[in-house]
Amino acid sequence: MLEIKNLHAKVGDKEILKGIDLSVGAGEVHAIMGPNGSGKSTLSYLLSGREGYEVTKGSVTYKGQDLLALSVDERAAAGVFLAFQYPIEIPGVTTMTFLKAALNSVRKARGEDELDAPRFLKLVREKAKPLNVADDMLKRALNVGFSGGEKKRAEILQMSLLEPSLAILDETDSGLDIDALKVVADGVNALRSPDRAMIVITHYQRLLDYIVPDIVHVLSKGKIVRTGGKELAGELERTGYAEFAA
Amino acid sequence: MVAVRETVETVHKVAGEKYKYGFSTDIESERAPIGLSEDTIRYISAKKDEPQWMLDWRLEAYRRWLTMDEPTWAKVEYPPIDFQSAYYYSAPKQKAKLDSLDQVDPKLLETYKKLGIPLLEQQMLAGVAVDAVFDSVSVVTTFKEKLREVGVIFCPFSEAVREHPELVQKYLGSVVPTSDNYYATLNSAVFSDGSFVYIPPGVRCPMELSTYFRINEAQTGQFERTLIIADKGAYVSYLEGCTAPQRDENQLHAAVVELIAHDDAEIKYSTVQNWFPGDENGKGGIYNFVTKRGDCRGNRSKISWTQVETGSAVTWKYPSCILRGDDSRGEFYSIAISNHYQQVDSGTKMIHLGKNTSSRIISKGISAGRSSNTYRGLVSVHKKAEGVRNFTQCDSLLIGDQSSAHTVPYIEAKNPTAILEHEATTSKISEDQLFYCMQRGIPAEEAVALIVNGFCRDVLQQLPMEFAVEAQKLVGISLEGSVG
Repeated sequence: MLEIKNLHAKVGDKEILKGIDLSVGAGEVHAIMGPNGSGKSTLSYLLSGREGYEVTKGSVTYKGQDLLALSVDERAAAGVFLAFQYPIEIPGVTTMTFLKAALNSVRKARGEDELDAPRFLKLVREKAKPLNVADDMLKRALNVGFSGGEKKRAEILQMSLLEPSLAILDETDSGLDIDALKVVADGVNALRSPDRAMIVITHYQRLLDYIVPDIVHVLSKGKIVRTGGKELAGELERTGYAEFAA
Repeated sequence: MVAVRETVETVHKVAGEKYKYGFSTDIESERAPIGLSEDTIRYISAKKDEPQWMLDWRLEAYRRWLTMDEPTWAKVEYPPIDFQSAYYYSAPKQKAKLDSLDQVDPKLLETYKKLGIPLLEQQMLAGVAVDAVFDSVSVVTTFKEKLREVGVIFCPFSEAVREHPELVQKYLGSVVPTSDNYYATLNSAVFSDGSFVYIPPGVRCPMELSTYFRINEAQTGQFERTLIIADKGAYVSYLEGCTAPQRDENQLHAAVVELIAHDDAEIKYSTVQNWFPGDENGKGGIYNFVTKRGDCRGNRSKISWTQVETGSAVTWKYPSCILRGDDSRGEFYSIAISNHYQQVDSGTKMIHLGKNTSSRIISKGISAGRSSNTYRGLVSVHKKAEGVRNFTQCDSLLIGDQSSAHTVPYIEAKNPTAILEHEATTSKISEDQLFYCMQRGIPAEEAVALIVNGFCRDVLQQLPMEFAVEAQKLVGISLEGSVG
């Protein structure tokens, strides 16, 4: 599904990614772990197409096409979803309104018909329930005044509605207490499927107790320095990143 | 959001023809001689079959206007207006008086259809009475019967002059006197037509009243005159919506609107203004110099202005409230959007004269392109006005890095018991917000429309339903091409 080959990228004059090779197949859940400043967030922004990141070498192929050639919204329509570490506030736009705009944009780009209000409402309620997202929250402006847990649940709700092929979760555990983390992890696990790939980016092993990855990569100084099974996460938790920092 | 999507689709649909309403129909029209003189005014007055007192009133205004200077304090720039090269009266030629829609010139009806305001459908579906102004003469007035039953008078201004002279003489110029300002004085001299509304004591007007203005004849300045009176305990909601055909010449528009609310009366006046703003290079467009003022003459009366301003090359407009009656209340809700080379200088004045009067001002300015958007407001509390409250919120949103926003709030408090609050913010649509929306699949232009609609939400909520939908669409259309 996703093939990253020898990817180099810089922000301004600073080279952040220094040759990433990563292959993610459908149905797989990959964790990318690493210390602060290792390039984890840069990788997630690069894959989703945010401005300000310049690819200097290498390629990213997604479902057989050059991902880097697509605009941000084209990538979204093609099934790339980024769950933000810090979801953005959109004042005055209710969560419901935003969800509808997003879903119908994506449906339209995919050649599907747009949902009318009753069908949309039914779908949202169905998806919102397991995530513990009440009607009241849907009526509030998106992310404005949301608690940490509400923000992350809203992210997963969007993911659930948009049904991406490649979901990137950037530090989804940050700002969550253990109960909120469980709700979010359950939501993510419910979305695991044979035709969906996930990249879970995290600093801590904690999240991976709940979202258990197939493969764990360690990112350090812009390179993947180690790859292993889920047990690698546990090992890192004990030893820390010190050995990679050298 | 359906509206946003529709907006963008509309934008794309009209991309070829640019301004959606930029067409004109070739109905024969009858014009006053070019230029401005006492003869022009006599011509207009005669065309309207006006009584002597009306002509005298106009001439007095004209003579005063000759002694006045064009105001230059607003933050707008435009070439000098040659008042002698404009026509001051233009009316579609018609044979006789009309009793029903069947007798209306089919071409005229076609024009309304293009504008999306089929009269028949509107009557049936929306329950809105429409006093349709085509150029300067009111052609069709609907729902008259229903309104007459409850004693509401809703008619063209020229008809009111003939049929209800006692009301017109009593109230005309009582809020905006002929000496008020350069453009209001000009309007007083040459106003062509407009609407007159009178709601008798205790009557709640059974429907929203609306007027569609349309500037059709090239080089014809529009000088509308509107007078709305809500007698004791009455209520009326009035909608004004505007579109104009595309023209290269700059067209001058100087309307005057006067509102009077007696004891316990309430007037709600909503405007969606979408006149030709000029093209993306700043060529053409309407000059809009409007004087709108409401007088809360009675105790516990209330006047509320809501405006969505997206059009015109130059806008100079300050819908205001004189809070004369004790416990009266004034409100001003505004969305002003400027793009390309548009210049907006708009705001309000809340003049607190009575005791325990209150006012609320919510202004949302959005500037894109190379436009300039100024909020100019005055909150004034007079010596004897005890217990005054005011809340003002002015928010500006900038799109791109070549537009500008200015806020000029004046506050004069001469009574120590007044409590006045003023909040102001200036922000930009952030890269983060755009990226977030687009990451969810929303294309850039739709994302901007969505964010701006959110920014304007407090004001959009004040609009009557059918206007709110239209306004949301306008927000998107107006900001077309504002993101790269």
